[in-house]
Amino acid sequence: MTTAVKAKGSKKTGVDKFLTLLRFLLIGAIAIGLIAFVWQQIDPNNPFARWRNPDAQPLTAEQIKGLVVTGLSQGAMYGLIALGYSMVYGVLGFINFAHGEVFMLGAFTGFVTSNKLADAGLWEGGAFIPSVIMTAVLAALIATGAAVLMERVAYRPLRGSPRLIPLITSIGVSFFIQNAVILLFGPGAKGYPPNPEWLQKKRRFDLLGDAFAFEVEGTKLLVLVVASFSMAGLWYFVERTKTGKAMRAVAEDKEIASLMGINVNKTIVTTFAVGGAMAGIAGILWGLLFRSVIATTGFLPGIKAFTAAVVGGVGNLGGAMAGGVSLGTAEALAPLMLLEPLGVAGPTQLRDAVAFLLLILVLLVKPTGLFGERLSSEDRA
Amino acid sequence: MADPILEFRNINTHYGAVHILKDVNLAIYPGEMVCLLGGNASGKSTTLKTLLGMVTPTSGEVVLDGEVVNDKPTSYRVERGITMVPENRRLFKRLSVLENLQLGAYLREDKQGIESDLERIYRMFPRVKERLSQKAGTLSGGEQQMVAMGRALMAQPRVLLMDEPSMGLAPALVQTNFELIQQIHEEGIAIFMVEQNANMALSLADRGWVLQTGRVVLDDTAESLLANPDLRKSYLGDAGGH
Repeated sequence: MTTAVKAKGSKKTGVDKFLTLLRFLLIGAIAIGLIAFVWQQIDPNNPFARWRNPDAQPLTAEQIKGLVVTGLSQGAMYGLIALGYSMVYGVLGFINFAHGEVFMLGAFTGFVTSNKLADAGLWEGGAFIPSVIMTAVLAALIATGAAVLMERVAYRPLRGSPRLIPLITSIGVSFFIQNAVILLFGPGAKGYPPNPEWLQKKRRFDLLGDAFAFEVEGTKLLVLVVASFSMAGLWYFVERTKTGKAMRAVAEDKEIASLMGINVNKTIVTTFAVGGAMAGIAGILWGLLFRSVIATTGFLPGIKAFTAAVVGGVGNLGGAMAGGVSLGTAEALAPLMLLEPLGVAGPTQLRDAVAFLLLILVLLVKPTGLFGERLSSEDRA
Repeated sequence: MADPILEFRNINTHYGAVHILKDVNLAIYPGEMVCLLGGNASGKSTTLKTLLGMVTPTSGEVVLDGEVVNDKPTSYRVERGITMVPENRRLFKRLSVLENLQLGAYLREDKQGIESDLERIYRMFPRVKERLSQKAGTLSGGEQQMVAMGRALMAQPRVLLMDEPSMGLAPALVQTNFELIQQIHEEGIAIFMVEQNANMALSLADRGWVLQTGRVVLDDTAESLLANPDLRKSYLGDAGGH
């Protein structure tokens, strides 16, 4: 918003000066943190490292690779959820804050199904893969159903009203779903059955020689593989199929889309359904990785996925995926590679702060997001 | 004369409390070219939107091939051969040129027919063929006009509605644009055109209507409209209708 004001050549206000200061502070802190990190890696006994923490140790290559893998798998899930925010924004121009709950419903469906399957002795036994597929399909179906129902009941009647109204409604829907889940399952955390031994085991990959060899826990690998396939499938659907083309047409101009004979309502439902399916899959992956789910599970990942969508440029699918992966990676790496070298105490507990600082940074430096196009004034809320 | 494809029978429309079209009667026959003239806010765009079902009339009948289609959606009418080149072209700017053309044929299932229609459009607009993979928003105004016409033709229309086809085009392109419209018309497609450039439009058209604050005040052949002294004063003079 500030860039637009400045383009017209108006005088810099106090707010502009403050924002510029903030930009310099944030970028400066990142630069200093990086320098301090590199210095510490080269010479662990450098005076700055000693002054800030006498016991500081450089990170080993193994540690850094581990952080990257953790960040990527976390980010892949953020990306999957972010797709739903971004697609709905693209088509209807509002942020569906209840989307995090769709993700949570996916995780809860996974909890119910996986425990049923575990009771039947199928989960940890030989039939783990079919069990996971079945769980994922069910989670995706329930999440899709929830997203479609939400559109029909809460958002469609509000079509054409000012944009703030569906936005506030979505917050209400979010509370409604959270409380419905508490009513059904109680407020406590629910556990997934343990994953089989072979999945938990760490696997070593040295395809690119010893220097690039890394170890991945099987579960994280599963998350990365499933997320990649889901994203590729979604990309194919949106870019290559007739329905996907219709979706992009509706996102751009509903009136002309209907002139082409596209059923706009049906296309909007499809958008919610596809976004819901992605969130459902993210939910089951979350369950497999953290093996615990609670009625508020959707809140933080939901907000972070929203952040990821904004970081990537909201309305842009490639951006949502890239935003999710960057956010997850930044969250994993920044505490130990930026905050710790800067002398921040207990940096790993500041992961959430890192995520939202990234949001602030992107909004300060490139408000349209990494891959976003500038919205025209009529597109803007 | 054959039966009309599209008809308005005593159509009235309202936007809220505002009465836009007042007892409008009109008919479009196969293969003819008609133009609709009128000042700002006379109801020209509403006429087009009502024909397509984007605006529902408060009374009267919209008749398509003898069937009352008041409550049928736009897609129903597009499937039966009515489509429009909208004002300012309104291409899907972030979609490629090819995707824009394909969306024009969204309701069609005949793959081969779609392919041969694409070829036909490439022959008609060779410039379009060179730009197929480009995003439609990157094209020049003239090229966008070609894509918009191509997109409409992909629906295999019997009646093509055109809302201000020369608006926003460079003066040099206006003439070419009318030649293209003429070319489309010669293929047997009926054209219903709303146009500010009344001189040019009437010189091509068979008939014309003049709309004034929602009422049809003149309904005549293009020739006698061109000769009408009142009309010359209000639409064909130096003011040019702007």
